[in-house]
Amino acid sequence: MNTRPGNSLIGSPVERVEDLRFLRGKGTYVSDFSLPNQLHAVILRSPEAHGVIRRIDTSRARALPGVHAVITAADFGARPPHIPLRLQPLPELAPFHQPVLAFEKVRYVGEPLAVVLADTASIAEDALELIDVEIAALPAVTDRASAERGDSILFEPHGSNRALVWTATRGDAEAAFVKADVVLKERFHIQRHAAMFMEPRGFVADWNAETQRLKVWGAAKVAWTNRRILATAMGLEETAIDMVELDVGGGFGSRGEFYPEDFLIPAAARIAGRPVKWSEDRREHLMCANHARDIEINVEMALAKDGRILGLRGMCYSDNGAYLRTNGSVGPRNVAQFMSGPYKIENIHLQTTMLTTNKTPSGTYRGPGRFETDFARERLIDLAAKKLGMDRAEIRRKNLVADADMPYPLATIQPFESVTELDSGDYHAVFDRCLKEFGWDEKSALQGKLIDGRYHGIAVGSFIEGGAAGPKEDARLALETDGSLTVHLGSSAVGQGLETIMAQIAADSMEMSFDRIRVLHGSTTHVTEGYGSYHSRSTVMGGSAILLAAEKLKDKIRECAAARLGCSKDDVTIDAETVRFKTTSLTFAGLGAEPIEVEATFYNKKYTYAYGTQAAHVSVDVGTGHVRVHDYLSVEDVGRMINPLTLHGQAIGSIVQGLGGTFLEHLVYDANGQILTGSLADYLMPTASDFPNIRSITLELKPSPNNPLGAKGAGEGGIIPVGGIIANAVANALSHLGVEPMELPLSPPRVWALIDAARRAKR
Amino acid sequence: MIAVTTMKIEFEVNGKAVSADVEARTTLADCLRYDIGLTGTHVGCEHGVCGACTVIVNGAAARSCLMLAVQADGEKVTTVEGLSNDEALTPLQASFRKHHALQCGFCTPGMITTAHALLTHEPNADEERVRDVLSGNLCRCTGYISIVEAVLDARVAYGSKGE
Repeated sequence: MNTRPGNSLIGSPVERVEDLRFLRGKGTYVSDFSLPNQLHAVILRSPEAHGVIRRIDTSRARALPGVHAVITAADFGARPPHIPLRLQPLPELAPFHQPVLAFEKVRYVGEPLAVVLADTASIAEDALELIDVEIAALPAVTDRASAERGDSILFEPHGSNRALVWTATRGDAEAAFVKADVVLKERFHIQRHAAMFMEPRGFVADWNAETQRLKVWGAAKVAWTNRRILATAMGLEETAIDMVELDVGGGFGSRGEFYPEDFLIPAAARIAGRPVKWSEDRREHLMCANHARDIEINVEMALAKDGRILGLRGMCYSDNGAYLRTNGSVGPRNVAQFMSGPYKIENIHLQTTMLTTNKTPSGTYRGPGRFETDFARERLIDLAAKKLGMDRAEIRRKNLVADADMPYPLATIQPFESVTELDSGDYHAVFDRCLKEFGWDEKSALQGKLIDGRYHGIAVGSFIEGGAAGPKEDARLALETDGSLTVHLGSSAVGQGLETIMAQIAADSMEMSFDRIRVLHGSTTHVTEGYGSYHSRSTVMGGSAILLAAEKLKDKIRECAAARLGCSKDDVTIDAETVRFKTTSLTFAGLGAEPIEVEATFYNKKYTYAYGTQAAHVSVDVGTGHVRVHDYLSVEDVGRMINPLTLHGQAIGSIVQGLGGTFLEHLVYDANGQILTGSLADYLMPTASDFPNIRSITLELKPSPNNPLGAKGAGEGGIIPVGGIIANAVANALSHLGVEPMELPLSPPRVWALIDAARRAKR
Repeated sequence: MIAVTTMKIEFEVNGKAVSADVEARTTLADCLRYDIGLTGTHVGCEHGVCGACTVIVNGAAARSCLMLAVQADGEKVTTVEGLSNDEALTPLQASFRKHHALQCGFCTPGMITTAHALLTHEPNADEERVRDVLSGNLCRCTGYISIVEAVLDARVAYGSKGE
């Protein structure tokens, strides 16, 4: 075991316990799990983007041998359940909640229409083709122009395709713009793309009619919240439902939110009176799991002559797709609230209008709103530097929030007000460290240089990463009679190595050896209430709950030991899994006849803000528009690192996802609302040969003052500034042509078109 | 109405003779997972792009989602379970663990089988070759750098004489 000096597991690159089963093919992902006598569910999905449902005739499908039932909206009474928002649950967004099965209208290609239950998945798929569906098509709303025109409206009673406007304010933006020496005004667009985790979604559900209890395997991310939503929709008590988390093949914000299938599969099990299993295929995933990004950012930046940023104002338009999903507001609101990022910008008035369109509904994807808003901000700062004739590093230094200004308040967002502040950090130190490690001064000579047919460019930018969303997390610790420790936790694993991280924290806080710890998490059976894994919160929230529980457990162990040793509990010492009083000692094993248990809750109202700086060196082939990444460096301060091995891995992975979103990934629709990227051969993701030159350095400069670990939510953030920094590096490489990318992705055709347009303009 | 007939196939999986009654349309991946009970072979896209379902057929890496089970009749198939033992991680697996070459673990069986097939035939494969071969397997978590390092580091166990 690799440990830090002093034998501390926290901060040591401990190899993961999860790996032992994953590497042998012995993980249990939901599609690996089956129940005897189970039926297989397959879902009929709308082939139309927008239309009125005239008729669904399931009689031919039901007659197919091996088919047991075909469920439609009619099976759920006059109005099927609708899925509420998990985050920012504003009543004014209720009209846009998604029904579990398309109700009266269809609003996107892929919307569920019916569920077929059959002996095998193949028979169920055969039956899909025997369902007769009649949809009277309506014109599809597929972009901002058609959404605003309003000649086709998704939710007629609402009267328009505008769902809600978010407003972020701080100081007096109008006054700042009056005072400004320089104002930049630009329009940016970030394309629709998605989390695209590798394990498709799935569930196995079992309804016990005798006990009136439901058990669902395949829970992820926020099992307790989803249990609450499911209980309401099914008319059950929450406690009648057990949600079980199996191994989870990636989340990145998208998996584990409450989707229609989260209701349909359990409901189908109750209707059929038999266990039901469902796994989506990749085409369904591309059409149905949350999409993300897809926002137009119209923004102005006001500056003083000396390069100080005085203010930001503007209006953004988020294409939210057909419904407001559980966390569909997060990205759009974040674009407005976090545009100032790590910079001292005192005057802000930014709005985001959420539009409904006939596309797959959207939700969060790693760095929600932040990837988008950082693209606009970092681009604007480079454009401002150019306009003012300033050095690009110098203008950033001038505007970064100083250590002395901490805590530093950000803009306040409305409605569903959220007030937040940057907690701690030495942003300038990290910025300079990044430049030094990157070799900024040496590489500066490359700017705009033509070498072997490629123009070279560099860029640098800074970012913040929010983490540790409240309100609380629960941990239950049990010292078992064999002297081992079981940790029951409300946090969820989505592939990030939670079992290892939490065992490190538990082992250190109980001064026990790592292999005596067992971590159970994510299932509703472990703790009364859990809040799960989102907003980079697991380590801070779950880890802090373990620290608190460990103190309580040690106290209770002393109490038990005192009774056995015949002394006062204050005289008992604990070390090396042994309790001592004078010369008498007892080991943890056999200390009590029953397990010794405690439960503790960590409450937190304040977010943590990890922060960092990244730099890139690219070259552009002007003949093809291809961009090569020669070097990409990220330096991030996370306050306190639990496991450098896993954090480093997540930092690199996050950056590569960001490069995917910058260069490759794009969910494309045609004017009829048909999705054109229905396979992984069309939706391009980074492969092993694309981005070999990524570096990441993690620092522990400024611990968070907001939790006992001093840790900041981390691992998510590498993705955040990637689009802006790469686009700036491309602009730097092509400065002789005056190319200024304003849209992503920077695919070869788009870059080539920019080069071609710039050349024509020069002629 | 679709007429469904099954065929009996006999083949070798991880050194053991097995047989199964499968429909002609059953993929090798589904047969391995649900008829043979080896769920280590993962299905990520069912259209031959992601590589999670990679198995080794007669020594060559193959996508079990693009191969029908009936095509495996009489052949030798190796899955991730066949490249594992309960006692200890193999050198390739240990190298993956040491380099943190996996996070969620879903793509991992396909990475292990692909890397094993490569290094068995080309123990001296260089970084570019490793990247090229692994580029057929998608991983969403790691960004690949650690996977490439893990495979390069495992070469010695396959008889690499070093570069």
